[in-house]
Amino acid sequence: MFSIKNAMDMLGFESGVTSDHKEIMSADGAILPGVGSFSEAMKHINAMDLAVPITEFISSGKHFMGICLGLQLLFSESEEFGYTSGLGVIEGKVESLERHDGIRRVPHVGWNSVEKRGSIENNAIASSLEGIASGEYFYFVHSYYVNPVKDCDVYTTTEYRGFEFCSSILSDNVFASQFHPEKSGEAGLKVLRDFFTK
Amino acid sequence: MSLALRIIPRLDIKGPNLVKGVHMEGLRVLGKPEKFAKHYYEQGADELLYQDVVASLYGRNSLHDIVSRTAKEIFIPLTVGGGIRTLEDISNILRAGADKVSINTAAINDPELVSSASKMFGASTIVVAIEAIRQLDGHYMAFTDNGRNTTGKEIVSWAKQAEELGAGEILIVSVDQEGTGKGFDLNLAKQVSDEVSVPVVIHGGAGHINDVLELANQVPVSGIAIASLFHHEYIANNRHLEGYDDEGNIEFLKSNRVMSNIEAATIRDLKALLVKHNISCRQNVKVA
Repeated sequence: MFSIKNAMDMLGFESGVTSDHKEIMSADGAILPGVGSFSEAMKHINAMDLAVPITEFISSGKHFMGICLGLQLLFSESEEFGYTSGLGVIEGKVESLERHDGIRRVPHVGWNSVEKRGSIENNAIASSLEGIASGEYFYFVHSYYVNPVKDCDVYTTTEYRGFEFCSSILSDNVFASQFHPEKSGEAGLKVLRDFFTK
Repeated sequence: MSLALRIIPRLDIKGPNLVKGVHMEGLRVLGKPEKFAKHYYEQGADELLYQDVVASLYGRNSLHDIVSRTAKEIFIPLTVGGGIRTLEDISNILRAGADKVSINTAAINDPELVSSASKMFGASTIVVAIEAIRQLDGHYMAFTDNGRNTTGKEIVSWAKQAEELGAGEILIVSVDQEGTGKGFDLNLAKQVSDEVSVPVVIHGGAGHINDVLELANQVPVSGIAIASLFHHEYIANNRHLEGYDDEGNIEFLKSNRVMSNIEAATIRDLKALLVKHNISCRQNVKVA
């Protein structure tokens, strides 16, 4: 969270960290970050009544970015600790990298490259993400990945030890990445800058 | 395209200065950490590792300002270690801007700290650092306090234990090779890498970029932490150093000498060599 604030400060955006419904709704853009446990995060989201502001903000059409756990939370459910429901903004499940043979080192940590899969036709928002070129490296640190039901939601994929997974989604005004733009040097700063500069 | 090998400059910090020692003794002042950090970021460093080298001894942990300043300008992961003893210490250093913390002495003295920290802050935030000294029988023992104190723990079993306790990453420091420029201890790297399934980062011994290539070719490590090799390149090309505080041994800096067994190199040169030999790296890093 502090890293994202530092990045936004560096880029010259006016930003704040909040869980207040009104503040969220009055903002021009929003970022849902997150590191750690899906079920813990959902517990907090529900305890703080944040599910409604988040989904309402997304419905408003303003730019919304999810990062790492923030990407996963948008999904229908996660298989961490049995099944936990997510925000249900994107149809699909959050699954463990460990399911896959050949992935013997978890978490997936470090710089990995993305392949752009999403089509930018019919999506004005996508043009603001031109900065993500195929082959660009971003910083990852995660043990779970998202599995979107709809192919059209997949914006980039990334390969780890022979397994290809969805590394970012784009759906209308929502962009969310498994990687951390705020930890991905200039390439990441560019993603943040482009997405929030309308 | 796949997961890149992480090249991680390691900055040993004493008070306000970047220092470097050989076999963790005789610390020489090399300059201001922030300047080195910024240079490395621009050169394409994948992460930074800050180590407070006297904290454990004097019981202080005074890196916060340097960490905060770094976090405001440098947007790659930063790991901070040295004298971190409690959950509160970890919380404070993360709040200052660090992404990961590295614990050594405190972890060996109280393994429970690793599991509590892992649960509280997330496994990927907790790096267990192990200082290894080679024994006559080919095994390695773990040490603490910058190689001063013996622990009686054999490093492979301790590394496995640390992983089980919840460490998200293991950092192995070869006390024998560290600062000597004589190359990495490949046997050490292999022993640990073979036995744990969390990412392993190796530090200690790079004297030439070929040393790094050799390690990368022989052992599937996740990252390689490098100090002298890079620091001496920065110094050699920035003779007009200013702003180092007159604290500590600055004779080396003032003398303009170079270390003869270190063939200093830049991160760019290193990565170019690695890529030439098909080692996946993050290259062509643009800086605004």
